[in-house]
Amino acid sequence: MNQTEIIKNTPYQKPFLFIDELTEISEQGITGNYTFKKNEFFYKGHFKNNPITPGVILTEVMAQIGVVCLGIYLLKNEFRLEKKIQIALTSSQVDFFISVLPNEKVTVISEKKYFRFNKLKCSVQMINEKNELVCRGTISGMILF
Amino acid sequence: MTKEELITKLSAIVKPYIQNEEAFKSLNENTDFINDLEINSANLVDIILDIEDEFDIEIDNDSMEQMLSVKATVEIIQKKMNI
Repeated sequence: MNQTEIIKNTPYQKPFLFIDELTEISEQGITGNYTFKKNEFFYKGHFKNNPITPGVILTEVMAQIGVVCLGIYLLKNEFRLEKKIQIALTSSQVDFFISVLPNEKVTVISEKKYFRFNKLKCSVQMINEKNELVCRGTISGMILF
Repeated sequence: MTKEELITKLSAIVKPYIQNEEAFKSLNENTDFINDLEINSANLVDIILDIEDEFDIEIDNDSMEQMLSVKATVEIIQKKMNI
Protein backbone atom coordinates (compact mmCIF):
# COMPACT_ATOMS: atom_id res chain seq x y z
CA MET A 1 0.00 0.00 0.00
CA ASN A 2 1.53 3.34 -1.04
CA GLN A 3 1.10 6.78 0.49
CA THR A 4 -1.66 7.86 -1.87
CA GLU A 5 -3.72 4.78 -1.04
CA ILE A 6 -3.16 5.24 2.68
CA ILE A 7 -4.24 8.90 2.62
CA LYS A 8 -7.26 8.02 0.47
CA ASN A 9 -8.27 5.39 3.04
CA THR A 10 -8.26 7.82 5.97
CA PRO A 11 -11.70 9.01 7.05
CA TYR A 12 -10.78 12.72 6.79
CA GLN A 13 -11.42 15.50 4.33
CA LYS A 14 -10.88 19.25 4.23
CA PRO A 15 -10.91 21.27 6.40
CA PHE A 16 -9.88 18.49 8.78
CA LEU A 17 -7.39 16.52 6.70
CA PHE A 18 -3.90 17.28 7.99
CA ILE A 19 -1.71 15.03 5.88
CA ASP A 20 0.24 16.22 2.81
CA GLU A 21 2.80 13.45 2.35
CA LEU A 22 3.97 10.25 3.94
CA THR A 23 7.68 9.92 3.32
CA GLU A 24 8.61 6.75 5.21
CA ILE A 25 6.35 3.84 6.00
CA SER A 26 7.22 0.54 7.65
CA GLU A 27 5.79 -1.97 10.09
CA GLN A 28 7.72 -0.15 12.82
CA GLY A 29 6.77 3.45 12.15
CA ILE A 30 5.80 6.24 9.83
CA THR A 31 6.98 9.73 8.87
CA GLY A 32 4.84 12.36 7.19
CA ASN A 33 4.32 16.07 6.92
CA TYR A 34 1.75 18.83 6.67
CA THR A 35 2.02 22.51 5.81
CA PHE A 36 -0.47 24.76 7.56
CA LYS A 37 -2.21 26.99 5.04
CA LYS A 38 -2.49 30.68 5.77
CA ASN A 39 -6.29 30.46 5.81
CA GLU A 40 -6.91 27.37 7.99
CA PHE A 41 -10.32 27.72 9.63
CA PHE A 42 -9.03 27.86 13.20
CA TYR A 43 -6.67 30.80 12.74
CA LYS A 44 -9.60 33.21 12.73
CA GLY A 45 -10.35 32.41 16.37
CA HIS A 46 -7.03 31.15 17.73
CA PHE A 47 -6.10 33.79 18.63
CA LYS A 48 -7.84 37.14 17.99
CA ASN A 49 -5.66 38.88 15.39
CA ASN A 50 -2.80 36.57 16.32
CA PRO A 51 -2.94 33.28 14.39
CA ILE A 52 -1.14 30.42 16.17
CA THR A 53 -1.82 26.74 15.51
CA PRO A 54 -3.82 25.27 18.43
CA GLY A 55 -2.26 22.44 20.42
CA VAL A 56 -5.30 20.27 19.78
CA ILE A 57 -4.68 20.64 16.05
CA LEU A 58 -1.01 19.72 16.47
CA THR A 59 -2.18 16.66 18.40
CA GLU A 60 -4.62 15.90 15.58
CA VAL A 61 -1.84 16.13 12.97
CA MET A 62 0.25 13.71 15.04
CA ALA A 63 -2.70 11.34 15.42
CA GLN A 64 -3.70 11.44 11.73
CA ILE A 65 -0.17 10.79 10.44
CA GLY A 66 1.34 8.86 13.31
CA VAL A 67 -1.49 6.61 14.39
CA VAL A 68 -4.24 6.53 11.73
CA CYS A 69 -1.98 6.29 8.66
CA LEU A 70 0.27 3.76 10.37
CA GLY A 71 -2.78 1.79 11.50
CA ILE A 72 -4.13 1.68 7.94
CA TYR A 73 -0.75 0.46 6.71
CA LEU A 74 -0.53 -2.24 9.39
CA LEU A 75 -4.05 -3.38 8.51
CA LYS A 76 -3.53 -3.18 4.77
CA ASN A 77 -4.86 -6.67 4.15
CA GLU A 78 -8.02 -6.18 6.20
CA PHE A 79 -8.59 -2.86 4.47
CA ARG A 80 -8.91 -4.56 1.13
CA LEU A 81 -11.31 -7.16 2.44
CA GLU A 82 -13.50 -5.20 4.80
CA LYS A 83 -15.46 -2.27 3.58
CA LYS A 84 -15.56 -0.16 6.69
CA ILE A 85 -13.00 0.07 9.43
CA GLN A 86 -13.26 2.81 11.99
CA ILE A 87 -10.40 4.19 13.97
CA ALA A 88 -11.00 5.86 17.33
CA LEU A 89 -8.57 7.94 19.32
CA THR A 90 -8.36 6.37 22.76
CA SER A 91 -5.67 8.35 24.55
CA SER A 92 -3.14 11.10 24.07
CA GLN A 93 -0.49 12.59 26.26
CA VAL A 94 1.42 15.38 24.57
CA ASP A 95 3.99 17.95 25.70
CA PHE A 96 4.38 21.14 23.66
CA PHE A 97 7.63 23.04 23.26
CA ILE A 98 7.32 25.74 20.59
CA SER A 99 4.47 27.25 18.60
CA VAL A 100 3.64 26.75 14.94
CA LEU A 101 2.54 29.68 12.77
CA PRO A 102 0.59 29.82 9.49
CA ASN A 103 2.58 28.59 6.44
CA GLU A 104 4.85 26.45 8.58
CA LYS A 105 5.59 22.89 7.55
CA VAL A 106 5.73 20.27 10.27
CA THR A 107 7.02 16.71 10.10
CA VAL A 108 5.59 13.94 12.24
CA ILE A 109 7.73 10.96 13.19
CA SER A 110 5.89 8.08 14.78
CA GLU A 111 7.29 4.92 16.25
CA LYS A 112 5.06 1.94 17.04
CA LYS A 113 5.18 0.92 20.69
CA TYR A 114 2.76 -1.92 20.22
CA PHE A 115 -0.09 -3.04 18.05
CA ARG A 116 -2.04 -5.71 19.87
CA PHE A 117 -5.67 -6.70 20.20
CA ASN A 118 -6.53 -3.93 17.70
CA LYS A 119 -4.96 -1.20 19.80
CA LEU A 120 -2.12 0.81 18.29
CA LYS A 121 0.05 2.78 20.69
CA CYS A 122 2.70 5.08 19.28
CA SER A 123 5.45 7.33 20.47
CA VAL A 124 5.09 10.43 18.30
CA GLN A 125 7.09 13.61 17.81
CA MET A 126 6.69 16.65 15.62
CA ILE A 127 9.52 18.82 14.31
CA ASN A 128 9.49 22.06 12.31
CA GLU A 129 11.55 22.99 9.26
CA LYS A 130 14.47 24.07 11.45
CA ASN A 131 14.47 20.57 12.96
CA GLU A 132 13.29 21.95 16.28
CA LEU A 133 11.06 19.79 18.46
CA VAL A 134 7.53 21.22 18.40
CA CYS A 135 5.79 18.59 20.52
CA ARG A 136 6.01 14.95 21.46
CA GLY A 137 3.95 12.38 23.25
CA THR A 138 2.17 9.08 23.28
CA ILE A 139 -1.01 8.56 21.28
CA SER A 140 -3.19 5.47 21.06
CA GLY A 141 -6.01 4.42 18.81
CA MET A 142 -8.32 1.50 18.56
CA ILE A 143 -9.50 -0.17 15.39
CA LEU A 144 -13.21 -0.89 15.45
CA PHE A 145 -14.41 -3.47 12.98
CA MET B 1 0.15 -18.10 44.41
CA THR B 2 -3.34 -18.46 45.90
CA LYS B 3 -6.44 -17.28 44.10
CA GLU B 4 -6.83 -14.48 46.68
CA GLU B 5 -3.29 -13.26 46.06
CA LEU B 6 -3.96 -13.36 42.36
CA ILE B 7 -7.15 -11.32 42.72
CA THR B 8 -5.29 -8.77 44.88
CA LYS B 9 -2.65 -8.34 42.17
CA LEU B 10 -5.31 -8.18 39.49
CA SER B 11 -7.29 -5.50 41.31
CA ALA B 12 -4.14 -3.35 41.56
CA ILE B 13 -3.69 -3.72 37.80
CA VAL B 14 -7.26 -2.73 36.89
CA LYS B 15 -7.53 0.13 39.39
CA PRO B 16 -6.12 2.91 37.16
CA TYR B 17 -8.62 2.11 34.40
CA ILE B 18 -11.93 1.78 36.24
CA GLN B 19 -14.81 4.26 36.04
CA ASN B 20 -17.14 2.78 38.62
CA GLU B 21 -15.61 3.21 42.09
CA GLU B 22 -18.49 1.48 43.88
CA ALA B 23 -18.15 -1.67 41.80
CA PHE B 24 -14.41 -1.60 42.36
CA LYS B 25 -14.82 -1.42 46.14
CA SER B 26 -16.84 -4.61 46.10
CA LEU B 27 -14.67 -6.33 43.50
CA ASN B 28 -15.08 -10.10 43.57
CA GLU B 29 -14.85 -13.10 41.29
CA ASN B 30 -18.05 -12.21 39.49
CA THR B 31 -17.06 -8.64 38.72
CA ASP B 32 -17.25 -7.89 35.00
CA PHE B 33 -14.64 -5.47 33.63
CA ILE B 34 -16.88 -3.74 31.13
CA ASN B 35 -20.35 -3.93 32.68
CA ASP B 36 -19.40 -3.43 36.34
CA LEU B 37 -16.11 -1.55 36.38
CA GLU B 38 -16.96 0.33 33.15
CA ILE B 39 -13.50 -0.09 31.69
CA ASN B 40 -13.27 0.87 28.01
CA SER B 41 -11.98 -1.52 25.37
CA ALA B 42 -8.72 0.36 24.83
CA ASN B 43 -7.89 0.17 28.53
CA LEU B 44 -8.82 -3.49 28.55
CA VAL B 45 -5.87 -3.98 26.21
CA ASP B 46 -3.64 -2.11 28.69
CA ILE B 47 -4.85 -4.41 31.44
CA ILE B 48 -4.01 -7.51 29.39
CA LEU B 49 -0.52 -6.15 28.68
CA ASP B 50 -0.01 -5.31 32.36
CA ILE B 51 -1.13 -8.84 33.28
CA GLU B 52 1.45 -10.25 30.85
CA ASP B 53 4.20 -8.24 32.55
CA GLU B 54 3.07 -8.91 36.10
CA PHE B 55 2.70 -12.66 35.72
CA ASP B 56 5.25 -13.16 32.96
CA ILE B 57 2.81 -14.91 30.66
CA GLU B 58 1.67 -14.42 27.08
CA ILE B 59 -1.97 -13.84 26.28
CA ASP B 60 -3.21 -14.80 22.82
CA ASN B 61 -6.25 -13.41 21.01
CA ASP B 62 -8.57 -16.23 22.05
CA SER B 63 -7.71 -15.87 25.74
CA MET B 64 -8.00 -12.11 25.54
CA GLU B 65 -11.54 -12.33 24.23
CA GLN B 66 -12.54 -14.42 27.25
CA MET B 67 -10.92 -12.17 29.84
CA LEU B 68 -13.97 -10.05 30.56
CA SER B 69 -14.51 -10.92 34.22
CA VAL B 70 -12.31 -11.41 37.25
CA LYS B 71 -13.22 -15.11 37.33
CA ALA B 72 -12.36 -15.80 33.68
CA THR B 73 -9.17 -13.76 33.94
CA VAL B 74 -7.99 -15.57 37.07
CA GLU B 75 -8.64 -18.91 35.39
CA ILE B 76 -6.63 -17.95 32.33
CA ILE B 77 -3.74 -16.60 34.41
CA GLN B 78 -3.69 -19.82 36.46
CA LYS B 79 -3.76 -21.93 33.32
CA LYS B 80 -0.94 -19.97 31.69
CA MET B 81 1.13 -20.13 34.88
CA ASN B 82 0.37 -23.81 35.40
CA ILE B 83 -0.84 -23.30 38.93
